[in-house]
Amino acid sequence: MSRIVHKFTRTVPTWQPRVTPVDLASATPEQLEALQVTPSNTKVSAYVLTLAHDVESLKVRSPLFNAIMYDEGGMSRSERELGAIGASMVNRCIYCAAVHADRHAKLEKSTEVTDELFTKGLNADLSPRNRAIFDFARKLSEAPVGATEEDMQALRDAGLTDEEILDLILSTSLFGWANRLMHVLGDPVREEVST
Amino acid sequence: MSLFETTALAVGGVTDGPVAEAAKTRTNIMDATQAAENAVLRPLQAGGIPHDLRAALAARIAAAGGMPDLAARYAEGAGDMAALADGASNGMNEGLGHIVAFTDKVANQTRDIAAEDIAGLQSAGVSDADIVRLCELTAFVAYQLRVVAGLKLMGATA
Repeated sequence: MSRIVHKFTRTVPTWQPRVTPVDLASATPEQLEALQVTPSNTKVSAYVLTLAHDVESLKVRSPLFNAIMYDEGGMSRSERELGAIGASMVNRCIYCAAVHADRHAKLEKSTEVTDELFTKGLNADLSPRNRAIFDFARKLSEAPVGATEEDMQALRDAGLTDEEILDLILSTSLFGWANRLMHVLGDPVREEVST
Repeated sequence: MSLFETTALAVGGVTDGPVAEAAKTRTNIMDATQAAENAVLRPLQAGGIPHDLRAALAARIAAAGGMPDLAARYAEGAGDMAALADGASNGMNEGLGHIVAFTDKVANQTRDIAAEDIAGLQSAGVSDADIVRLCELTAFVAYQLRVVAGLKLMGATA
């Protein structure tokens, strides 16, 4: 038996699709290409197999995702993760929040920031720079026009460069996208340990 | 299409100055964003969600999100489905009430989506592949609206 996880956690749950994923055995050549399935790599997650239903989107989304989160320069990786976490908390995407809180903690070698966020939410005790980043991510996630010029100015006052601010906009917005796939198309579940 | 002709930078009002310089460092991302727009709005294989319906739904989400300029740009492809771009329409006249209600909820009340919302579409005869296509469309538009809104804020405070 498995149960659905409703609380924010850094322990990454299993993602269980609400639709039937593409069956690898009957996938089209185009789907196999997008899934990057080769004889030596036949492991594909249920999530990616679900997205393979829309193969044109999947093909362009994966490189875009990687570029926004991992390309050199601009904002640090852990601060991009903070943007992702802000979006995922607003949209209550438990799975995305777990994956990216775990990454943030590993990059920072500290669970302090994500512990604060998950236990205190809006009232988390954050450094001025993290506070400006998180507040901007939260407001931009709540509505496209939710963040204001004052929020943007707070980022500049906290010392963020234009390149860093652009990366924050991109990583936060990217999770506006990812959350609407993960949280909508599946459930975060944990296997019950039978006693 | 040049970098500054991509939807995000054109509607975001990015032409020169520090925001344009920052955008140039992420040319690959802006190009990939445009490629993603093409993939969700004008895919080669549209499945059960034709191009005009995609354009109308994108325009509807943009209008509800307070981004009329982006809504107008998306609506250019809406054709016979243009009425759906107006939030006052519920899609019943087109027989698409379930599609419109789902799209609105994914776009604007994401956190409230539950398994029943997906089950409801399945009961209405929407295929799993089309459910994924609708989610990708809505999710991408949510992304692009925020990128454009963020770029505008950067420009306004540069």
